[in-house]
Amino acid sequence: MSQTITIDPVTRLEGHGKITIQLNGQGEVENAHFHVTQVRGFERFSEGRPFYEMPSLMARICGICPVSHLIASAKACEAIMSVRIPHTAAQLRRLLNLAQMVQSHALSFFYLASPDLLLGMEADPKIRNILGVAAAKPELGRAGIALRRIGQSIIELLGDKRVHPGWVVPGGVTEPLSPEKRDKILAMLPEAYSSVGLALAAYKQMAGTFKPEIEVFANFPSNYMSLISEEEAIDFTDGALRLIDAHGNIIEDGITASRYTEVIGEAVENYSYTKFAYYKPLGYPDGSYRVGPLARLNIVKSMGTPKAEKELAEFKQLAAGPVSSSFYYHHARLVEMLYGIEKIEEILADSRILDKHVRATAGVNRLEGAGQAEAPRGVLHHHYKVDENGKIIWANLVIATGQNNNAMNRGVLQAARHYVKDGKFTEGVLNRVEAVVRTFDPCLSCSTHAFGQMPLEISLLSADGEVVDRVARE
Amino acid sequence: MSQETDVKTLVIDEQEVSARAGQTILEVARENDINIPTLCHLEGLGDVGACRLCLVEIKGSNKLLPACVATVQEGMEVSTNTERLQKHRRTILELLFAERNHVCSVCVSNGHCELQTLGQEQGLTHVRLPYRNPDLFVDASHERFTLDHNRCILCTRCVRVCSEIEGAHIWDVMGRGTNSLIISDLHQEWGTSACTRCGKCVQVCPTGALFDKSKIGSDHPKYPEFLPYLNLMREAQ
Repeated sequence: MSQTITIDPVTRLEGHGKITIQLNGQGEVENAHFHVTQVRGFERFSEGRPFYEMPSLMARICGICPVSHLIASAKACEAIMSVRIPHTAAQLRRLLNLAQMVQSHALSFFYLASPDLLLGMEADPKIRNILGVAAAKPELGRAGIALRRIGQSIIELLGDKRVHPGWVVPGGVTEPLSPEKRDKILAMLPEAYSSVGLALAAYKQMAGTFKPEIEVFANFPSNYMSLISEEEAIDFTDGALRLIDAHGNIIEDGITASRYTEVIGEAVENYSYTKFAYYKPLGYPDGSYRVGPLARLNIVKSMGTPKAEKELAEFKQLAAGPVSSSFYYHHARLVEMLYGIEKIEEILADSRILDKHVRATAGVNRLEGAGQAEAPRGVLHHHYKVDENGKIIWANLVIATGQNNNAMNRGVLQAARHYVKDGKFTEGVLNRVEAVVRTFDPCLSCSTHAFGQMPLEISLLSADGEVVDRVARE
Repeated sequence: MSQETDVKTLVIDEQEVSARAGQTILEVARENDINIPTLCHLEGLGDVGACRLCLVEIKGSNKLLPACVATVQEGMEVSTNTERLQKHRRTILELLFAERNHVCSVCVSNGHCELQTLGQEQGLTHVRLPYRNPDLFVDASHERFTLDHNRCILCTRCVRVCSEIEGAHIWDVMGRGTNSLIISDLHQEWGTSACTRCGKCVQVCPTGALFDKSKIGSDHPKYPEFLPYLNLMREAQ
């Protein structure tokens, strides 16, 4: 008798998703899927809108990473306008993107993942949340809250709003940076450094106790894709795409935004509203790859900032080639946070950062444009076509979560096969299956409220739909 | 008729006020710092009494009068903010919000929109009516400005400013009821019309229906208060 285990909703993710695990007659895992259950429709309802409205419209996709959408969208618009934005505007956008990277990674690591890592996969679900972390490890709880606050505060100082700042526009930004705001940001950095230092130390201390999880948490060879600068250093905002294989060999390099369709295809599965991106020459699903912090650190040769450089060297020691266990996404995220803080400091020292010229203007000079940027969870593409009046006639978005979709599904199956034996499971086992998805920090919608508080019910169903077992989390 | 008889005395919100004959209730109320909400009215333009937000109660009459066009009468007792009026005003605003596609969060006028501000002032917390979600279009054919019918409330300020002040009369209204639509010239694209590119219509539009091209959100304030000064200067000539 075959059975299906459903985890719905998966908690501590950004957005709503569910996991189903299908068991065969012997109680062994036959298949497992991660479903994204909401449809958004942004590509469709943006049709007919003026193109310069797109950044603010597209930012609404997400409350965690609106900045990534703002930047990728603005870049696509600038391709339509055929303008190069002022140096200061480009630097200010980098600053905004780094601040978002810090706050989003802090959310992922401290609020969503650290309850599993610091309190244990089997810990009581009632305390397995950020409040439980704050109670058990007050210093780390405070560090997490501080990093998120600092990232958000920088975004607010630059763009007047913590979420969906309207500051990034096609052509640059609306307002230059004032010396007062620059000094306020600089004053926050010491606390940011000490907080991320604490997190790195705590992570390294406890990573050793998760060897079994590291083995089965989406641990398989795969291709990786990210943006990389001309100096082969990490670059969240500019740079070109590079794709490497499981051994670290470069498959594609120097792919600019306008050429992304040459390498990226999108497939659809009937169990999820999120598309499945793949590397075109290898086809689907063989051309699947991973994006995000793990991919970025596997691809880049340097971080370009001293403290993060040392951490990158240590990260590269984890494996002979690319690091393949998705558990290490957590590690990579912390290294990137450290880089983010260092880079913010570096950008603020730019002698032209207070320049008043921060916006270029132009009308429609091309009828098509694409932009790419690194979102916290991986590379993001916006691609628009407009009519001669600048109204959108077609839009396509390739988001990071779609590019990790196949890897997440494979990871869920790998962990389910390892942990669910003879059709039996406990809450702790299922939490590990969920935790695999959490390593990727997928962003399923623009929801910011999904952490640890949602009720979770897992039902074990017989083939005829009868509930044979049930585990409920309040 | 002597000058004395030209003065009318009346009561607005229990306050005794005096006015010149021919003045509207709205004018007199504002002279006496009594606020009556308006939307289609704009200082410097002729009134049409279209939006009905300025409706007031007159003692002894069951009929509500639009303060922007109703003139004062001797001995009138006017109430401007009764529960009945508040209820009507909220309903009017709900109807306006439900009629077309008003999405404040991504609108160019978010934060400085007269419709949005009125909603807040009148305590509008939600719209009880089903949204009509009409399929409307954006006219982006003009080199400097954009018209988004989704955000138009048919106040006709643009029609009046273009006709009365600029003297071009590019804008007008076609259709009836919910099918009404602001059109330029004989329903042709704005970019190909005889528009003088003065931009007055953009400045007086109370919502984000008319806006400068390439502008979004906070970087697009409007300054409709220029109109009375413009009129004054022209009259002086």
